[in-house]
Amino acid sequence: MEIKEIIKTFDLTKVYGKETAVDHLNFAIREGEIFGFLGPNGAGKTTTLLMLLGLSEPTYGRAFVAGYDPVREPLEIKKVVGYLPENVGFYHDLSPVETLQFIGELNELPQRELRKRIDELLTMVGLSKDRYKKVGAFSRGMKQRLGIAEVLIKEPKVLFLDEPTLGLDPEGSRDLIELIKRLNQEKGITVLVSSHNLQQVEEISHRVGVMIMGRLIAVGSMEELGREKLGVGEGEYSLEELYHLYFEEEANERVRTHN
Amino acid sequence: MRGLGPIIRKELGDHFSSHRFVILFGMAALVAFMTTYLAAMSLKEALEGSSRPPFVFLMLFSTPGALFSLLQFVAFFGPLIGIVLGFDSINRERVQGTLIKILSQPIHRDAIINGKFLATMITVAIMLLAIILVVTGFGLLILGVIPGAEEVVRLALFYILSLFYIGFWLALSTLFSVTFRGITTSALSSFVLWIFLSFFLPLLGDVIAKGMTSQEVGSREQIELLIKQAEIKETIELGSVMTLYTKSATLLVDPSRKTASNIVIMGAMEKFLSSRFKNPLSLDQSLLVIYPYALTIVALTILCFGITYTIFLLQEIRT
Repeated sequence: MEIKEIIKTFDLTKVYGKETAVDHLNFAIREGEIFGFLGPNGAGKTTTLLMLLGLSEPTYGRAFVAGYDPVREPLEIKKVVGYLPENVGFYHDLSPVETLQFIGELNELPQRELRKRIDELLTMVGLSKDRYKKVGAFSRGMKQRLGIAEVLIKEPKVLFLDEPTLGLDPEGSRDLIELIKRLNQEKGITVLVSSHNLQQVEEISHRVGVMIMGRLIAVGSMEELGREKLGVGEGEYSLEELYHLYFEEEANERVRTHN
Repeated sequence: MRGLGPIIRKELGDHFSSHRFVILFGMAALVAFMTTYLAAMSLKEALEGSSRPPFVFLMLFSTPGALFSLLQFVAFFGPLIGIVLGFDSINRERVQGTLIKILSQPIHRDAIINGKFLATMITVAIMLLAIILVVTGFGLLILGVIPGAEEVVRLALFYILSLFYIGFWLALSTLFSVTFRGITTSALSSFVLWIFLSFFLPLLGDVIAKGMTSQEVGSREQIELLIKQAEIKETIELGSVMTLYTKSATLLVDPSRKTASNIVIMGAMEKFLSSRFKNPLSLDQSLLVIYPYALTIVALTILCFGITYTIFLLQEIRT
């Protein structure tokens, strides 16, 4: 079977002032897979996603998403890619139905089709009971599920999920992960999910890319990476060690600032 | 343009259901109601028994009832409407994380800023129209005057000019909401600029005019000195949009005024003639006097929105 690559980058680079956020990124994502983007905060994951969507212009290099160049045809990419940003926000005065209606209208979906999809999606993410409540009163988990419904309304080929389980309780995370898996299996949607949570990424991803300080230091399946020793800085580490070296610190930092 | 329609619809819905709009509109309607009532009553009293001068209807707008006329009210309150409806239009969405969500939909980026600006302008237009209709209704009820053709045209021009004037302040506050991330910062900056241009600039003009002419005391006639001071002050005051607006709007609504300047130097003959033949200016003559001022307001509004638009389009999503 031929493997089709739906996302491909060539030396993709982004420089903010003096800081290089993304440094000569070369990787490819195959159609129909779940690709886990692993890396601590500030590693350049979100910047990469923004460049792939055409929301941020690369300083250097190129990328292709679903056959389009994000710099030249961002609109075509946004038609087929659903992007759930980290800490996504909502209009608090709108209900889920109104929110989805607005997003659907921005995607120029015909009214009848839109109403049908809103019904289906709200049932799918388990919000059909709360469809007329205001989003302002929603819990974080409910909001995140509404966020998923929002990105699915355009029936995307590719999903970009940026830290989708951040701030969710264990049960909420598990539900969300199940949902992502189901979408991938049933609808064949390619998913690019970024996270700093090793266990979660391990659980759902077919392949994983590890990004640190703007560089992609390893790409492969979890088993491959587990066996391999990865060179970072001066020494060589296994993925587990690497995780503790860079990510645990980050996680602790997060806990500290939260408290 | 892709996405413009839904954004305008949503923004309009937001405006009309917001507390902010209700308070602004309620306040504006109340003040307009009172001002017009007082103006109409004083006009009625003044006109009792005498023959009716031309353009009585327009006097409803230019006659100060108690403290200020309706025109002065728009000059003063208009900026407030523009600022209050615009100071958080972009940065609120940025802070609450909805901007990036909208930007990742297949729409052009300018649809967001255009849609927001147009929707707010529609809101303002409806508000102002309602106020003008209230005044018209009063004119009919209390004075029994019906606006003539020229009065309607003058009023329509006044309406458009006022929209541009408020539009300038809206564009300015939107500019601040694009450049500043903090909602309080953009609100405060807009208000500071408004207060400076509307209240302190005339004061500053006064000080500068006196300073510039103080050395010449004694070397010239007293009256010439005063005229020179007034001229300098007037020039400096033109730096404020409020002055530009007041000057042009006054001439539109009050045809008996013949110049935008506050100082009129008249010889004895001129004085005699002007008191003898106090005819109103025709519309095209009024327009001839106001067009530099009115055009400046329109140009400033377009320029300000242009800058806002450009900055928004070139801005990095993440900073």
